[in-house]
Amino acid sequence: MSEPIKEFTTAIPFWSPRVTPVELDQASEEQLDAMKVTPSDTGVSEYVLVLAHDPKTLKERTPLFNGIMYSRGGLSRPETELGAVAASVVNRCIYCAAVHASRYNELTDDESVMEAVFSRGADAELDPRQSAILNFATKLSKCPSEADKADMDLLKENGLEMDEILDLVLSTSLFGWANRLMHVLGDPLPREA
Amino acid sequence: MEDIFDTVLVRAAGISAGHPLAGVLSGRSNIIELTEKSHAAALKPEPSGGLTHSQRAALACRMARLNQEVELAYHYESMVETVDVSIADPRFDGADNPRLKTIIRHTDLVTRSPKDAGEDDIRALESAGIPVEDIVRLSELIAFVNYQVRVAAGLRLMAAVS
Repeated sequence: MSEPIKEFTTAIPFWSPRVTPVELDQASEEQLDAMKVTPSDTGVSEYVLVLAHDPKTLKERTPLFNGIMYSRGGLSRPETELGAVAASVVNRCIYCAAVHASRYNELTDDESVMEAVFSRGADAELDPRQSAILNFATKLSKCPSEADKADMDLLKENGLEMDEILDLVLSTSLFGWANRLMHVLGDPLPREA
Repeated sequence: MEDIFDTVLVRAAGISAGHPLAGVLSGRSNIIELTEKSHAAALKPEPSGGLTHSQRAALACRMARLNQEVELAYHYESMVETVDVSIADPRFDGADNPRLKTIIRHTDLVTRSPKDAGEDDIRALESAGIPVEDIVRLSELIAFVNYQVRVAAGLRLMAAVS
């Protein structure tokens, strides 16, 4: 078996679970409902099959995740992804960081921001608005949170409206959740393996 | 539809319907409602699996305390039965109960420093006799509480500049 990836990358790894996933053909009605599996569905990810061991939280988590990441209005899609990546860097979730950094790159057609975040973390040199977002999301992701009123003032000074700040709080916090599943329950492996 | 101002999250953040942020929060009422449903799914599932509702609340209280999140710690403490009060104390390590000790160790590690959680930590849960269903339930509980405490902290900071 190949070694788990340790360095940040925008090449999305293969996620190898550390616990045995639910067998799709043995899943209960409740598990199938939580996984949103239709009878013709064969492409359920290993990650979802692991989470199906707890269908009650999975059922709520999926619409919550989509609502935070893809709702209309509020923070732009790339900036929402930046919050997710900042959390994933603090928590060193290689898989989540790869998925959301590559989304950021697709949305913006600019790879320099994620390269800077991956190599320098919260010290990455970005434009002032991006820096304020990265700074806040990084501090909020610590345990306990290190974000304070000055970090919030910096967001406002750089033009973020309150509805945008709410979306940033939500996407950053959501990856406090997602990273604690992805990084803890499985390993990111190279795709070529 | 829930009254978003009567949810665990928004009450803990101290934001009422008359607050300047009320309109902004209402714009994401779907997220707040799903957060409340996730709270029910992680804290009070029926059947409860290998962790009782009180044990879940005690672990949640412990995690809130590790995050210095006073209001949510207070909320979770109110759901803990006397027998489990020690679990909520971050200084308690499970004492002479190996299963509980492993659960507490894992909860603290993934709360404080998820980057340091590895394969061995999952094997330790298995070695303590915890079945895969309960490993995933515990993981979701830990992950949810660590989400919720951050949203509460963020909302409070937003309120401070509103």
